[in-house]
Amino acid sequence: MKLVIGIVRPEKANDVLEALYRAEVRGVSISRVQGHGGELDRVENYRGTTVKVGLAEKVRFEIAVSDDFVDPTVEALCEGARTGEVGDGKIFVLPLERAVRIRTSETDVGAVTPVGK
Amino acid sequence: MSFLAAAQVDSGDTAWMLVATALVLMMTPALGLFYAGLVRSKNTLNTFMMCIAAIAIAAVTWAAVGYSLAFDGTGDLVGGLGHAFLNGVTFEPRDGTTIPHLVFFAFQATFCIITVALVSGAVVERMRFDAFMVFAALWSVLVYAVLAHWGFGGGWLMENGTLDFAGGIAVEMGSGFSALAAALVVGARKDYGRQALLPHNAVYVLLGAGLLWFGWFGFNGGSGFSTGDNGVLAFVNTLLTPAATLIVWFVLDLWRGRQVTAIGAATAIIVGCVVITPAGGFISPGWALLLGAIAAIPSYAVIMGRPRTRVDETLDVLGAHGIAGLTGIVAIGLFAQTSWNGVADGALYGDAHQLLWQVIPAIAVPAYAFGATFVLLKAIGAVMPLRASEHQEALGMDTTQHGEEAYASGEGAILVTPEAGIDVELPVAQPQAT
Repeated sequence: MKLVIGIVRPEKANDVLEALYRAEVRGVSISRVQGHGGELDRVENYRGTTVKVGLAEKVRFEIAVSDDFVDPTVEALCEGARTGEVGDGKIFVLPLERAVRIRTSETDVGAVTPVGK
Repeated sequence: MSFLAAAQVDSGDTAWMLVATALVLMMTPALGLFYAGLVRSKNTLNTFMMCIAAIAIAAVTWAAVGYSLAFDGTGDLVGGLGHAFLNGVTFEPRDGTTIPHLVFFAFQATFCIITVALVSGAVVERMRFDAFMVFAALWSVLVYAVLAHWGFGGGWLMENGTLDFAGGIAVEMGSGFSALAAALVVGARKDYGRQALLPHNAVYVLLGAGLLWFGWFGFNGGSGFSTGDNGVLAFVNTLLTPAATLIVWFVLDLWRGRQVTAIGAATAIIVGCVVITPAGGFISPGWALLLGAIAAIPSYAVIMGRPRTRVDETLDVLGAHGIAGLTGIVAIGLFAQTSWNGVADGALYGDAHQLLWQVIPAIAVPAYAFGATFVLLKAIGAVMPLRASEHQEALGMDTTQHGEEAYASGEGAILVTPEAGIDVELPVAQPQAT
């Protein structure tokens, strides 16, 4: 059981969701984050104030999956999020100690397997 | 329109026209707000700035040659250059009015400005800002001034008796059908038809629509160039018609989706104001109410159907302005009443000839607006790129075209000062996408 974290471009979030759907990965949380991953800073001007903005808007996916689903999930994230330019994002796979489905108190693999599987 | 010969300047009329001119100018930032609310948050400023750029550019081109081509002389297709650079535009009354020629010029300038801004609705979220400014300058002269001459300035439609009180020809059909051509030449946004591209602030949209309606009292009420009967009639009809359009729009929304929508309501206000624009000074308040109700239907159909096509005419200028303007122009030919307007009867009051000369512009004006805009944008596109790159479109037009954000948080922004020794040079080696 792993937690897959994918940090992607906001404009690619829909493509990632589609790719995950095709890979039959159904349980997903997303959040808006700001981050810096080596991409180009942008310079903004507001009247006399010039700033360099190093943080870019990103979308962070958190997906808890059973071991069999780790590779399809990572592949789906890469497929959906890649543009080939600096700033496409990162994927982190973390061991997951415990998972609980609140409704049924199912734990671990049962909890991360979609209902009806 | 009044037909007083060798009139003096009338202080009451002039006072009203000064106010009306200011009201119409306010409509362009109001349109900016309306449009900005309808786009995604990353394109807010770029969308608004197209309207601000329209004020800057169209005011200057109008003073230089646009006004003259529209309002100097009675050439069939286009006016002369006698008033170029405001030559002869003075404190003397404009022929046929009781207001100074300068005020008449300024009032007409605000019409040219908002019409240029209206067309931007077709190309927001992907057209390059520099290309838009070039387009705005040329379009204001080659399309708007020509159509204004046809409808208001003594051109062939006006000479043959076509009635257009406040700009169904130049402003509404002119912008709507040009918008369709612009959308086709510039092309769809990269995610159009693939992702949900939703309005980011419905309150901006409602506030913009409300301010547009407010300004429209100057637009229609001022188009009599006096405080006389036609202007008063148009002013009151500008209250009644959009109200009727709103009610029918509510019913259509309920029928289609079981709920009345806010953005639908904002759209209905625009459609109602547009349809009464050409007809305002010519039809009775009763017909104005009915016209508002009728006008909802074709515009609603176009606005609901358009997103199912491949044509990304993004903010539905065609449905809201082109189609409603056409409805209003034709409606004059049916509902006009001499007892109300002192000028002409429509077919329902015995003059089918008037209807003919309302149907002819409904064909000729869309054809010219569409054709001329299509060719103009193709020509500009041959000289400079019309669209931002896909990469820039993805990042958003605000940061890529203007270097600003509408909703800047300041998080992660490092102040660039000479003392801090922070250089604006970009530190990371990455090919700058073009």
